[in-house]
This record gives sequence, structure tokens and C-alpha cells, in this order.
Amino acid sequence: MSEPATPDAASPEGGDAEGRTDDEQERPEAADGTDTAEEEAAAREEAATRAPGSGAEAVVAALEAAGVETAFGVQGGAIMPVYDALSASTVDHVTMAHEQGAVHAADAYGIVRGDPGVCMATSGPGATNLVTGIADASMDSDAMLALTGQVPSDMVGSDAFQETDTVGVTAPITKHNYFASDSDEVGSTVGEAFALANTGRPGPTLVDLPKDVTFGETDRPVGEPTAPDRAVPDLEADEEQVEAAARAIQDAERPLCLFGGGVIKGDATEQARAFAREFEIPVVTTMPGIGSFPEDDDLCLSWAGMHGTGYANMAITHTDCLIAVGTRFDDRLTGGVDTFAPEAEVVHVDIDPAEISKNVHADYPVVGDAATVLDQLDAAIGYGDAPDTESWRAQCDEWRERYPMDYAIDPDEPVKPQFVVEAFDAAMDDDAYVTTGVGQHQMWAAQYWTYREPRTFVSSHGLGTMGYGLPGAIGARVAADDDREVISFEGDGSFLMTIQELSVAVREDLDITVVVLNNEYIGMVRQWQDAFFEGNHMASQYDWMPEFDTLAEAFGAKGFRIDEYDDVEDVVEAALAYDGPSVVDAHIDPEENVYPMVASGAANGQFALAEDQL
Amino acid sequence: MTGDVDGDRPGDEDDRSPEEPATDGGTDHPAESPIAEHARPAGGDAPETGLAGPTPEDRPHPTGRRDEHGVRKEPDHGPEPTRRATVSALVEDEPGVLARAAGLFRRRQFNIESLTVGPTTVEGHSRITLVVEETEAGIEQAKKQLAKLTPVIAVGELSEDAVAAELVLLKVRGEEPDKVHAITSMYDGQTLDAGPRTITVQITGDENTIDDAIDAFDQFGIIEIARTGQTALERGDSPTTPGEEPGHSAGSTDDDEFTNYDD
Repeated sequence: MSEPATPDAASPEGGDAEGRTDDEQERPEAADGTDTAEEEAAAREEAATRAPGSGAEAVVAALEAAGVETAFGVQGGAIMPVYDALSASTVDHVTMAHEQGAVHAADAYGIVRGDPGVCMATSGPGATNLVTGIADASMDSDAMLALTGQVPSDMVGSDAFQETDTVGVTAPITKHNYFASDSDEVGSTVGEAFALANTGRPGPTLVDLPKDVTFGETDRPVGEPTAPDRAVPDLEADEEQVEAAARAIQDAERPLCLFGGGVIKGDATEQARAFAREFEIPVVTTMPGIGSFPEDDDLCLSWAGMHGTGYANMAITHTDCLIAVGTRFDDRLTGGVDTFAPEAEVVHVDIDPAEISKNVHADYPVVGDAATVLDQLDAAIGYGDAPDTESWRAQCDEWRERYPMDYAIDPDEPVKPQFVVEAFDAAMDDDAYVTTGVGQHQMWAAQYWTYREPRTFVSSHGLGTMGYGLPGAIGARVAADDDREVISFEGDGSFLMTIQELSVAVREDLDITVVVLNNEYIGMVRQWQDAFFEGNHMASQYDWMPEFDTLAEAFGAKGFRIDEYDDVEDVVEAALAYDGPSVVDAHIDPEENVYPMVASGAANGQFALAEDQL
Repeated sequence: MTGDVDGDRPGDEDDRSPEEPATDGGTDHPAESPIAEHARPAGGDAPETGLAGPTPEDRPHPTGRRDEHGVRKEPDHGPEPTRRATVSALVEDEPGVLARAAGLFRRRQFNIESLTVGPTTVEGHSRITLVVEETEAGIEQAKKQLAKLTPVIAVGELSEDAVAAELVLLKVRGEEPDKVHAITSMYDGQTLDAGPRTITVQITGDENTIDDAIDAFDQFGIIEIARTGQTALERGDSPTTPGEEPGHSAGSTDDDEFTNYDD
């Protein structure tokens, strides 16, 4: 497929040759008609203006005024007043098995919806159990509001039962956090925290709620949720910055788009696709940027970085103009900074000025909202002046041929994990949501699933949190429309970390499919031990793994097992057909490794294709 | 296809349309299955382990490099110099704001030489003054990260000719009170406490003055010392942080606030 650089190609209709249009990816609610929208607005208005009776009721009113539909959490002593008030609310609550499940579910919910996910926990261990997921959301710039109970104000600082300095503990991993000290203000504080989470660069916020404050009386309406003025950034970039970046792109011979998670979070997918197609610029994404550009598009080289495709890493190594949008140049993307895109002038578009030149120097910084800036750049380059990319695209295609992602399979050997991923992809809709844990299985799910739509790859990127997949799938399932499928790829190690959440999936009757790529190893660690620690499998090999299919049945879910290639197609079909949570225990080749691989700190272009190249 | 791809791969695998099943019913080889686009039969062109393609040594690699800040550079570039910068942050005076600023500097490994904080004439606003020793990129990053904190209203770096001062309290041995008094006078200081065994004096001035004073008092034997760290303001009409409004107490003559400075 080769698309001409006509104005038509930039329009949504001209966009996707596969007929899977990406212009309908916005919130499905928008299509429900104005009645529902008006009712929702009226409900929010009512919540914002009514007089609550207590601090706890003000907290709940603030959630309603923000349009929150679902919260995920776990009960406990200090948060009880809020839960009591929540029982009379329009906000649904999903009780999770563990607070870590609640925070990951809220995170995934937020990713799928594009609105902050909400999680709740009590003081002390409830709050500290949220910490991993808050840090995860912070690393991935996921909008989220965490509400934590706290011991009564007069006991704060006395090391009271279940007291932790939650604001202190979470300060470095939140965008901002609040200690509520006044029943009259607690509602507006919760509203502010919610709004702030999704203002500018998204991130998690937290409000710590002492029990006396939530018990305390107040009749002060919470008002509309409003972020502080200072936190609201300009969407439009400085015109001089845009002009300079546009000239650099025009003058480039080997321009490359690098679309990060910010493209998805900024709802700039449409603009990003139009931009790359209009000027025929090849695209690589970061891992969080997966789905910003359809991976089956001829311009798309998939994702770059440590386990990115060879062709993406070749392109990023040889580009002379890297148009980076909404990425923070994480070390898993750059490899060694000294050898990162060494020939490239870097255009860096980001809403957060602190990301500009933080890790990689931006020759052309452009501070603004991704969608707005892409439109500005588009206008500044103009139709006639696009760079001629024909030979560069041919070069990228050659790399695509030279470094295929093909893997060898032998029907008499254990099943290759890539095969399982591809089999589920073939059987599921193109807009299915995929969540993962962290490790080898995550890489295979990222490499061998073909992503076409934004927000469909729901994973733990920056923090690398094992155990994200199942609670993530629960959050995604609750957030998604009924006609969208949800699958979670897990490793055996990852799955065991949050497996208790299966009880929630069963209780809530959630139609999700969990595929455990079971190699009875912490596989990524085992792979590194083989490559860098002389095969010393210290603490990475599991002598005993439960039978996950049987375990699933004990939880009340449906269990399946894959032992050989002949099982795959039938199990895929049966697991997907099952209406409810199912678990596929896929026993895969335990020695399979993830390639390509850029060793830590090495040059992207020097990716290894096998262990002896590391 | 423009690439000079090795011609030894079976092309039929690539050309098959995804909808077309390789065989009917039970497939002979799972690699023939339409459900796995990238699977190849073992023994074919995909290697047993890992992936196909030229090895790292067989690939072209650009010779350019970047430095530790991701700036493209010449290969023989040396370590980057650091400099000292005084950064002023106007902040909301709320609990924990100092901890947030300090935590940020700890977490990002910025070198702080000193940090002071105090109220301003605007109710609810405080000023934090930080002295950092960092590379140019480090100073820029520190300012940007500080500006990101929600309670931070504005951040500015003070120019070289800004007015800066700090205060030191020195407790020295009291055996030679006359000499102590003489040196205190020399530095325009004050004696705050004088007893038979110790004398405590206060000296204010810029950092060099304070350093010199401490050296001068050293001869008497310094028992204890307390330094405030540097605090600073821009000279003249220049605001210390960008967009900073004149304080309320300066507003008594409304539009003529700055004329007060001439008195």
C-alpha cells in the first residue's frame, strides 16, 4: 500500500485502508445522544450544588460532580465514613481483593476511559498497598485519583493504629497530594485533585482523609471540580518554535516520527496519523505509544527500544530528524544516550516543559498539547514543502525485510509463546483490549499482537510492575463497552502476584480471558541470567507451579490448558467463547527468549538477535 | 520491494493471504496455520533460537555520539563545567511545601548548597531561595522541576548582580574580648551575648564576607556556628521571579510602589 500525499489522505476517511477507522475511537458515550449527556450534566450539577451533611458526603458529592461512574477499593477502619456515604451514591464500587488490585484496576480504567480512574483504601496498610500502583501511574502519566482514609487529625503523628504518613510517602510519586484538614473544604479538595490528575500532563493525585474530617458536619456545596489555574498549560505552542521545527522537518532527508504515550493521552491519534501520512514519514512508537499508529500500516515500523523491532531500531539509529511527540526518552527506549539517534536533530513536542531536553537534548523544543501542535506543524509545513521520503521509506522497508520477527516452530517441541499470542490475536477483534503483567510475556504480547487502536495496549511501562495484568483487565473490562473484548497476557510469575483478584472477576462476572504464558520461570530474569550471569538461575526458577487451570476453577472461573500446538486453536476458541472469566494455562517453551534485544546502555542499532550477539 | 534481501527465503509464506487457510482441517504443521503469521517451520529460514538478520557487526552504525545530556557532540568532548546558581521560588505558604522542594532536589540528585525559606509581604506566599551547584543543563532541569510543583507560583534564577546575603551566628571563646570586638566591628557585626567564657556575635553579608569572617574568628576558637544560607533579591525594578507582583505593603501608593525604593 502506498498512499499519495494528497490532502485527502489527511482526512479521517482517507486514513485507514483496512476499513478499521480510527475516527470513532472517542468515548462511546458521545454517541448515546444528547438526552443522556444532558442528564449526566444535570446530575453533575446537582452534586456540585447540593449541601452535603458530612465531610464524607462531600467527598462522594465531589466524585459525582466529577462524573465518576466507578471506583475500585478495599474497605477499612479509617475510610469507613466515606464508604458509608458511597452506599447512597450513583458511583459504583468494585470491591477488590487487595489494594494493589484496586489501584491497578483504577489505572487501567483510566487508560481505557481517558478520565481519571478512582481507587480507595484505608489508612496505614491500605494506603501503603496502593503505593506500587500510584508509582506505576506516575511513571506512565496515568490520570488517577486515590482516596485514602487517615486516623483522626488529633492522632496524626502519634503513631496511632494503622497510621502512616501517606502524604509524605506518596509525595514523590504523585502529581500532587493533599491532606484534608477541614470538613468544609474536603469536597472541593477532592474535586481539585480529580481535575488536576487530568490537567496538562496527566498523573496520579491523592487526598488523605482523616476520619474526623469525613465524620465532621458540613453543608458547603463542593462546586465544580477545578484544577488550580497555574496547572492549566497553554495548548498551543509558541509559533516561532513551531516554525523552526517545521523548517527542520522540511529540510530532513530521513525524518522519523516517534509517537509516545502522550499522543494517546492527549487524544492526538487522529492528528498523528494524519501528519505521518500526509508527509509520508515513517513511524515508530514507544511502548506506551503502541496503538497511536496502526501497526499494519505500511508506514509503521512498530515500537523501538530494548525489545523493539530491528527495523524500528535501525530507523531510529539512522534518522536525521526525529519528530518525537509525547515521549520522555526513557532508557528502555534510548538504550545508551550516547549512541541514541546520533545523526538526528530532535524535534520534541511535549506538554511538560520539564521533559524537554531532560534525557535527550531537543534541538527544536515545542511545548504544547500533542494534537494542537501536530495541527500547527501540519499547517506550518504545508502541502508543497514536505520532505521527499521515498528512498528513506524504501530503506525502512528493506530493514523490515532484513530483520523479520519470524520464529521457528517444531510441532514436537513445546509451544512457542509467540504462537499463542498470534493465535489469540487472529481470533479476536482488532479493537480488543490487551493488558499484561511484566516480563517476557509482556514483550511477546507487545511484539506479536498487531495493535491498531489507541488505548488498546494497557500495560505497566515505566515502573514495570509484575502483577498488573489481571487487575488491569478487571479495570479495562469495567471501563470498556460491552462489545469490546478484553484479554490479559500474564506470566506465571506475574499472575501469582495478584491472582487473588480472580475472585473479583468471578464475583462481578467479568468477561475476560487470562492467558498465562507459563514457563515456570521468572523468564526475563532467567534470560538475563543466561546472558549475563553465566546461567546461574538463582531465584528465577519455580520448582513448583500451581495448575492455573485447576486453580481458576477453584475460584469459580473457567480453566483451560495448552500443552501442545494441537491444543491451541480449540482452546483459543473455547476460552473466548466462555462468557465470564477464563484462564488459559499455556505451557510454553521454557527456554524461549525475547529478541531482538538491546542490552542495557547499548546502542539501539546494535540489537542482538540471539544470545551469542549480546 | 527495494531491498537487496537475501533470496533464500521461501516467498510463498509471505504472499499467502491471511484469510486463505494453508490446509483444510488438521494442519500438518502448525507453522502452516493461518493463525500465526510469523511462525516458520523449524529448519527453515528462521533460526532455531532468536531471530534472523545480519549480526550487529554486519550493520552500519553512525559514528556520531551524544553527551550525558543527550546533546550531539564531538567524540573528544570533556566533562561539562558546573556553576553556582541562585534560584528563587515564590510558593504557596502551605504545610509541606518546603519538604516537597527539598524532596525534589534529593530525588533528582541536584546539589543544593543552601536553602532558605521565609514569608513574603503577600499573605499566603513564601519565598524559597536555593543555591545549587550544577551543570547548565542541571540548573535548567532543577528550575523546570521546581516550577512543576503545584504549590510553586513562579521560579526565577537570580542574575549575577542580584543582592544576596546570609547571616551567621558565631560563638567563640571569650578569653580575648577586645580582639573579638575589633573583628566584629571590622565586619559590621553585632555582639549578641558576652560572658566570661564565650562571646556570640552576628555577622551578615554575602557568602565571601561570611567565609572571611569565619576565618578571622577562627583564631579565638569557634565553639559553635549557625549559618542561615543565602537569600537573595534582584536589584532595582526587576522582579525576583517572573511575573511577581509587588507585595502588599509596597502597594500603599498604588502605581508608584517602586518609587518607595528610592527613599
